[in-house]
Amino acid sequence: MAQLKNEMKFEFISKSANESFARATVAAFVAQLDPTISEVADIKTAISEAVTNCIVHAYKNGLGTIYISVKIFENGQVIIKIRDKGCGIENISQAMEPLYTTGGAERAGLGFAVMQSFMDNIKVTSKLEKGTTITLTKNIIPRVAKNGQ
Amino acid sequence: MVEVKIIKDEESATAFIKGDIDHHTAKDIREQIDAYAQNNQIKLLKLDFSQVQFMDSSGIGLIMGRFKMMQMLKGKVTVINVPSHLKRLIKISGLLALGVIEKGEV
Repeated sequence: MAQLKNEMKFEFISKSANESFARATVAAFVAQLDPTISEVADIKTAISEAVTNCIVHAYKNGLGTIYISVKIFENGQVIIKIRDKGCGIENISQAMEPLYTTGGAERAGLGFAVMQSFMDNIKVTSKLEKGTTITLTKNIIPRVAKNGQ
Repeated sequence: MVEVKIIKDEESATAFIKGDIDHHTAKDIREQIDAYAQNNQIKLLKLDFSQVQFMDSSGIGLIMGRFKMMQMLKGKVTVINVPSHLKRLIKISGLLALGVIEKGEV
């Protein structure tokens, strides 16, 4: 088991203006692992997708609270949980299918596909009328290995 | 934060998008571009992405939505100057099959 390096939690209401706040905050915290620009962009994109899902789907009928926790480990692993207390997902595998969306013509239906592609692992747990938790894992390659030393 | 600047050249218009494209900013971008295209009888809409700092799948939805809007106006849409950091997202999006990305862009 890798050793925990640091941990943080924050919460905010499900206003779309907070999408940029959420991804910038997580990126600032993960910076302690000295990630590349590309690794940071991957994490920011995945956070943006997860938070947008909370706003567009989980809390579609009003405002609610979105909870994010981030753990970083000495070996470079990042574990991010994005949790809501919204409507829940009835069929997770259908929701995760690329191009499937209930968000209307302007939504691409790619949120989960992007999270899967940009992160190393994703886990989704959901309960109807209780809420959804997305757990995203990313392994930041230590700088020494990046330099090939 | 996002800024949209639209420059017209006869029947074509180029929308320069500067900043972040997410679910929050996409609405603003969409409204500005759609109003302009509809009021100015645009037949070719170019979306210049050279100054897009960040984009999530809302940007893909934005492109798909403009594709449909321009189809209704019997026109076309094309995305130009895609920065390297957005190429992977565009590749996995399936947008290439829609024909809105110029050859060699991604």
